[in-house]
Amino acid sequence: MEYVRPKALGEALDALAAFDDPTPLAGGTDLMVEVNLNHRRPDVVVSLRSLDELRRWDDTWIGAGVTFARLEGADDPALAQLARTVGSPQIRAAATLGGNLGTASPAADSLPFLAAADAHVVLKSTAGERRLRWDEFFVGPKQTVRRPDELIVGVELPSRPERQAFAKVGVRQAMVISMVSCCVLRDPSGPTRVALGSVGPTVLRATDAEEVASQAARLTDTDLDEFQRRVSAEVRPITDHRSTAEYRRHAAGVVARRALERCLR
Amino acid sequence: MNVNGRAVTADVEPRTLLVHFLRDDLGLTGTHIGCETSYCGACTVIVDGRTAKSCTMLAVQADGAEITTIEGLAADGELHPVQEGFWERHGLQCGYCTPGMIMSAVGLLSENPDPSEDEIRHGIEGNICRCTGYHNIVRAIEYAAAKMRGEEPAPAEWETQEVTA
Ligand SMILES: Cc1cc2nc3c(=O)[nH]c(=O)nc-3n(C[C@H](O)[C@H](O)[C@H](O)COP(=O)(O)OP(=O)(O)OC[C@H]3O[C@@H](n4cnc5c(N)ncnc54)[C@H](O)[C@@H]3O)c2cc1C
Ligand code: FES
Ligand code: FES
Repeated sequence: MEYVRPKALGEALDALAAFDDPTPLAGGTDLMVEVNLNHRRPDVVVSLRSLDELRRWDDTWIGAGVTFARLEGADDPALAQLARTVGSPQIRAAATLGGNLGTASPAADSLPFLAAADAHVVLKSTAGERRLRWDEFFVGPKQTVRRPDELIVGVELPSRPERQAFAKVGVRQAMVISMVSCCVLRDPSGPTRVALGSVGPTVLRATDAEEVASQAARLTDTDLDEFQRRVSAEVRPITDHRSTAEYRRHAAGVVARRALERCLR
Repeated sequence: MNVNGRAVTADVEPRTLLVHFLRDDLGLTGTHIGCETSYCGACTVIVDGRTAKSCTMLAVQADGAEITTIEGLAADGELHPVQEGFWERHGLQCGYCTPGMIMSAVGLLSENPDPSEDEIRHGIEGNICRCTGYHNIVRAIEYAAAKMRGEEPAPAEWETQEVTA
């Protein structure tokens, strides 16, 4: 295994272009587990740790190298909430947003927020820059359109309402992969966006449910019932060793409703 | 890198994990290895002020970093308050998880000197203990937190509770 530690973004992009199948290494909380389990044997590892360019973070931009420990202090309530639920202190100190996007697990906890916020993922290579909406970037479970020579440099966040909630269901609170996760962003006058993770091949938006929730500033119990029903109808869960599709469908509706109710208070 | 205040220079294979480097090359075997998949927390050390799982970190990634292991806590033969807390409040049984647990507690207390019980449990959620059920670990960390704030730790439960069995 070869280990490359570029000092600047340009150097990193050169390294990614120079090797055949380079593997970026950020916090290593996904990658190193796979290496230790012998699921992956990278020939060339390009360490991103020294790249200050990836650590930039402001209201409209989160660099790929920003850790979940830092995101715990986010001004966006949903972002701070989801960051707090990732792994454990050791994991949050190392795990980055870029790594969460790179692995692209359907259960990755940052994805519902990014989807609800209509974030764009920005990729860079020596050939140039690509700016892709979240649903153009994620194409399947652990599948993205990133080319091996491209680096995720960060995500662009359009303006978003302050009323936000993130909720997830796992077997136990800490250290488990979520079975259903959900982010709701709501403008006080009505417009609402709802994204769910772990209940489809990629993170998804529940657009039929968004329609019900978006129609009014005040929602009745009947509206909330209908919202919950539509979320459950729209998700596309599978059965696996962690849970059944039926349970996930039910839980998705419940979790989304709970998140919406938190935005209404 | 700097380990427990001592500068360390070495040539290592890129593949070498930090935990193996600490144990095999530096002889610091206080850091334990459990799962090697970032789950159990037995291998927790402090890297540049924050806790990290050394089983899923390459030694080369720690180039230039400041590392503290369990061996680096006691100063001049005096136990660190967290070590003392684990001793005084029986925070261990088999001891397998203990070095990692103590490092997580040290990390927690450096960020939050006066944690609630919930905050303590949240702070050690990346460390698995098969023996104690965590109760005495939480008490041990409360003891250390009080000591480090310069206060008198609350008396042990077995000194204050009536035995009703
Ligand atoms: C015990 C444990 C608990 C966990 N709990 C959670 C949880 O609650 N929620 C959750 O969402 N995840 C969880 N995870 C998974 C993991 O921590 C996250 O997915 C994390 O965000 C990965 O980031 P990293 O920086 O460690 O990535 P790495 O492991 O360094 O990289 C992950 C992948 O992304 C690629 N990559 C990294 N950065 C870039 C970049 N800038 N450009 C292109 N490719 C890149 C790498 O090549 C690799 O394929 C957990 C993991 C463990 C071990
Ligand atoms: S040995 Fe590192 S977390 Fe278990
Ligand atoms: S004391 Fe045995 S694992 Fe914790």
